[in-house]
Amino acid sequence: MTLAPFGRRLAPVVENRKVGAYSLLIAADPDGPADPRPGQFYMLAAEQGWGAGEGERPYLPRAFSFARAREGQLWFLLEDIGPGTHRLAQLEPGENLWLTGPLGIGFEPPTGRPILVGGGIGTAPLLCLQDQIGPEAPVLLGFRSAPHAEAASLFTGDPQVTTDDGSIGRQALVTELLREELDRRTADGGRPTIFSCGPPQMLEAVRAMCAEHDIPAQLALESGMACGFGACFGCVVPTKKGYIRLCVDGPVLPADQLDTALAPH
Amino acid sequence: MLELCGIELRGPVLNGSGTYDAIAARRTFGDDLLERFPFDCFVSKTITLAPRQGNPPPRLWETPAGLINSIGLPNKGLAGFLDEDLPKLAELPVPLCVSVMGFDHEELKQLVSAVGERDEVSLIELNFSCPNVETGLIMGADPAETAAAVETLRPLTRKPLIVKLTPNATEPAAVGAAAEAAGADALSLINTLKGMAFHPRTGEPWLGGTTGGVSGPAVRAIALEQVSSVSRRVRIPVIGMGGIASGRDAADFLSAGATAIAVGTESFRDPAAGARIASELELVSRKEREFSSGGVR
Repeated sequence: MTLAPFGRRLAPVVENRKVGAYSLLIAADPDGPADPRPGQFYMLAAEQGWGAGEGERPYLPRAFSFARAREGQLWFLLEDIGPGTHRLAQLEPGENLWLTGPLGIGFEPPTGRPILVGGGIGTAPLLCLQDQIGPEAPVLLGFRSAPHAEAASLFTGDPQVTTDDGSIGRQALVTELLREELDRRTADGGRPTIFSCGPPQMLEAVRAMCAEHDIPAQLALESGMACGFGACFGCVVPTKKGYIRLCVDGPVLPADQLDTALAPH
Repeated sequence: MLELCGIELRGPVLNGSGTYDAIAARRTFGDDLLERFPFDCFVSKTITLAPRQGNPPPRLWETPAGLINSIGLPNKGLAGFLDEDLPKLAELPVPLCVSVMGFDHEELKQLVSAVGERDEVSLIELNFSCPNVETGLIMGADPAETAAAVETLRPLTRKPLIVKLTPNATEPAAVGAAAEAAGADALSLINTLKGMAFHPRTGEPWLGGTTGGVSGPAVRAIALEQVSSVSRRVRIPVIGMGGIASGRDAADFLSAGATAIAVGTESFRDPAAGARIASELELVSRKEREFSSGGVR
């Protein structure tokens, strides 16, 4: 995996624009490595106004998989759902981010024919994965509604989209597309590898489906983190080998290491 | 340079036990970590005799200017620590302090004897923040329990013994005085304050372990008072900690009577915080010296 420079560093905000329901935050990171592995993440905090939000929060930095790394800039996709993401969504060019990373273990390069399966904000690490492996792999994306589904426009080519409310694309869960794709692949004899990131219920459905078809899958999980570099032991998830720290032993895990991808809360 | 219980340290900044995993940090940051190691002495995560998985998640809850953690002391156990971790920790460029916790005196004796034999270890910290399974009392909350444990362990090693005091005691200064009388070489405080959070939708306790420990700037004022009251009661050195996030904060703990300080939760926000705080502290100290000599205002 790509090592992180030691300590946190300041990264100037270059752009922060709405992509439908999400914010796309772009920061310059000239001192960071140019080649973070898709699935790796960064801890982000605003240099100013961190702790001035609702309930005197946020206090800790927040973990985000990077969505794209190009020309010394890092892209992060985020949704304003709490005091940390709210402040990050407000950032403007001229302000700075505190940034640590890249952290954790990202996706392993595909061995079979890759299929990318994303849900909601979890589409972020699949974007840089597509940048890396090319646009030939099918991209299946599920969203709540049309404003969220605008994130699909960041991908190259034409991702297949589902929404919960049918406001764009097929009204279905993204796992319905995956099942059809797997049936097709199995019929033509190719062995796929699944790369997936999304909400816990979606990841669990992907995990169960891949287990049923005996297909390898790499799942990028999420867990609340305080530090992102193995210090706090706060982000553990249960695996077949017991609890592991998602920040240093993940966030990408082979699906066969898990009995469930569901989070405790 | 600073001498702590006969051990030479290049400066006064330690890490709080359980707030930094130098082995995981090296996997993340590479040897850059060793070249710019942020602490003057490294304190290990607490080890117990048997391996522990720790508490079920969720383990974290953010508070205003702080954090509640309910980690539950996951660790490889004594044998796993000695075999796998100690050789790696010995590669760090600073002296090593190993934190141990036992659930009765017999466990404590095994831990202190085994760790005390190892040349890689300079100091031993005794984490008494757990219940004694024999008496049901939190060892570190009770002066007599603390004294009995330290008296039992004192003859087993020549290495300095640091007693970590819990703030969840009626009178931490009395516990500190009892530890000193029983032969402790130093005290460190504070550990986390007991805390709780509730799920915003279900109203159930949020943390998998139900309760947790509060840390961060939210507890700093409490820590300063406890460091001050303990320091006034004992002659042995006190390592002060609790929400230290800047050199100014560190200077306050020295003013309160601490000989050295430890950084904990701030390292979660900034992995190199220890080094930043050390250089800020030097600046604060220099300014104070200049001010007191009337040289510069």
